[in-house]
Amino acid sequence: MSARFVRLAEGERPTVRLMVDGEPIEALQGDTLMVALLTRVSALRQSEFDPGRRAGFCLMGACQDCWVWTRSGERLRACSNEVREGLDIVTRQPEAIWPLRG
Amino acid sequence: MATARLKNLQKDALRVVIVGAGPAGTRCAETLVAAGIRPILLDENRRDGGQIYRRQPEGFTRDYATLYGSEAEKARALHQSFDRLRERIDYRPDTLVWSLTPGQLCCVSQGKHTTVDYDALILCTGATDRLMPIEGWQLAGTYSLGGAQIALKAQAVSIGRRVVFLGSGPLLYLVASQYLKAGATVAAVLDTSPLRKRIAALPKLLARPGLLFTGMKLLAQLYLARIPVHLGVEPQQVLGDAASGVSAVRVRTSHGDNLQFDCDALALGYHLRPETQLADLAGCRMRFQEVSQQWVLDTDGEGRTSVRGVYAAGDGARIRGADAAEHAGRLVALALLQDLQQPVHGEALALQRRVLAVMDEFSHGLCQAFPWPAAQAKALADEAIVCRCEMITAGELRSVVREKGACEVNRAKAFSRVGMGRCQGRYCSQAGAEVIAAAAGVAVERVGRQRGQAPVKPLSMLTEELKQAEEVAP
Ligand SMILES: Cc1cc2nc3c(=O)[nH]c(=O)nc-3n(C[C@H](O)[C@H](O)[C@H](O)COP(=O)(O)OP(=O)(O)OC[C@H]3O[C@@H](n4cnc5c(N)ncnc54)[C@H](O)[C@@H]3O)c2cc1C
Ligand code: FES
Repeated sequence: MSARFVRLAEGERPTVRLMVDGEPIEALQGDTLMVALLTRVSALRQSEFDPGRRAGFCLMGACQDCWVWTRSGERLRACSNEVREGLDIVTRQPEAIWPLRG
Repeated sequence: MATARLKNLQKDALRVVIVGAGPAGTRCAETLVAAGIRPILLDENRRDGGQIYRRQPEGFTRDYATLYGSEAEKARALHQSFDRLRERIDYRPDTLVWSLTPGQLCCVSQGKHTTVDYDALILCTGATDRLMPIEGWQLAGTYSLGGAQIALKAQAVSIGRRVVFLGSGPLLYLVASQYLKAGATVAAVLDTSPLRKRIAALPKLLARPGLLFTGMKLLAQLYLARIPVHLGVEPQQVLGDAASGVSAVRVRTSHGDNLQFDCDALALGYHLRPETQLADLAGCRMRFQEVSQQWVLDTDGEGRTSVRGVYAAGDGARIRGADAAEHAGRLVALALLQDLQQPVHGEALALQRRVLAVMDEFSHGLCQAFPWPAAQAKALADEAIVCRCEMITAGELRSVVREKGACEVNRAKAFSRVGMGRCQGRYCSQAGAEVIAAAAGVAVERVGRQRGQAPVKPLSMLTEELKQAEEVAP
């Protein structure tokens, strides 16, 4: 899968390493999770209602189309959370052992 | 919280809470601070500035001119005002207000639930993009127009390699030219509003000649760069496939030709809609605004809602733009001070009202020049998705109107689920109302509006326990 987002400026930031679906990736400090992912691949997640892939929509925390999870099950909006060193993200909802609500 | 109670409170004991740290909330806080009040200011974002003057993350180095263009000085002035206020207000960023009861807000901040009591509440909650579906808009790579701008402003990325801009409104040209300037490839700018609407709106737009000129300059830049710009188009379809997303956008021109633009991203938007959920939960009255064809908050000229002690300013009340938001923020603070029997200069009030009258005129001109394309909802193919959260089609929505007789949006929502998904109707409920109205053969204001519901955004119920678990996990 090719990247969806294209970086146009601000490429001089330090790199941050994190895990996505068990693979190590590098991003730039200050990247949102969405940018960290979509500058590498073309989608964030699988739609629950059709065969389509999804890559977010509003980027301002309003549509909720960009959910990803920490390995322990905490749900994050990829558009409004920044990368952190060592973060361990999964793009499928982990087996819900915690009381999840959406 | 009755005004009567407000009057009896001492200024320092009074709990004034502002929701939203954009231009409206910032100017409101500033005016209250000048009168000796220390408001609590809550915002879901990590940083102040709101939408238009959104700050880039720490470590980014683009200057004000690059980031905010013609609005650079206003952005700088607002940020500086905010920085001066920091010590004199109780600012709580990263705090979502997700519900309220009279006198109390329910908030969540970094996974922790808190409550905040208020005697007076000022809602400065801003706006989100206003969307009309097009067949295929659920494909990955379609973004809201405002979202496309945030990608650039806040993260210095483009939403794709070749981007089509489709919709209507001043933001369409603004964001397209910002992309162009930043070095992105703009495949086309496709506006559903025909030229004649703009000409008819000129008298009102001349209320603010400077802004009108800025708008024309943007258009000229796009033409000069030989970007295809088409006015009066009818959107037909976003093409692409489930796996890789958007590959082209097809429209019909005003001459009846079909045009197709290859692209890997689409920025789509038709101006803005106010974020009124909290006001709705507080029981504030709404009214249907004829000129914009949408429901807005019913406030008096100074920002008082129909519920005593609850005030509103900025785009969250009705869409008038960023400059008006600053003035409305100041004015609503003066209104509150008046209600508290504090001395307020009549001249200061009159000045804000005069400025806002001009901005009202201009905002009406914009609605005329770039009208909401209601007819598109009627023309939408049965297979087209209305609710992109749960993939519900226009045909399914029409069938609950025809078969179940659900001609009111909340009833149609219960049967069809349009408006029940993750976005809670932010991006489908207005178009959904148009589809229902067209199927029922009534005017859109007659089908009602989707009621706000708590939580106003989905909450992750996981709190600190989880964080701790994460820390101890190997
Ligand atoms: C994506 C987008 C891009 C825009 N770009 C431009 C532009 O380039 N030029 C232009 O002239 N206009 C633009 N506009 C319009 C412009 O943003 C507004 O006119 C202006 O920002 C209005 O100011 P405001 O203070 O009313 O609201 P905003 O600036 O939108 O601020 C509202 C604030 O309230 C907060 N908030 C909302 N609900 C809650 C809640 N429940 N809990 C906690 N906090 C909450 C939000 O986080 C936000 O910070 C844009 C609008 C959008 C939506
Ligand atoms: S993209 Fe809309 S909430 Fe993240």
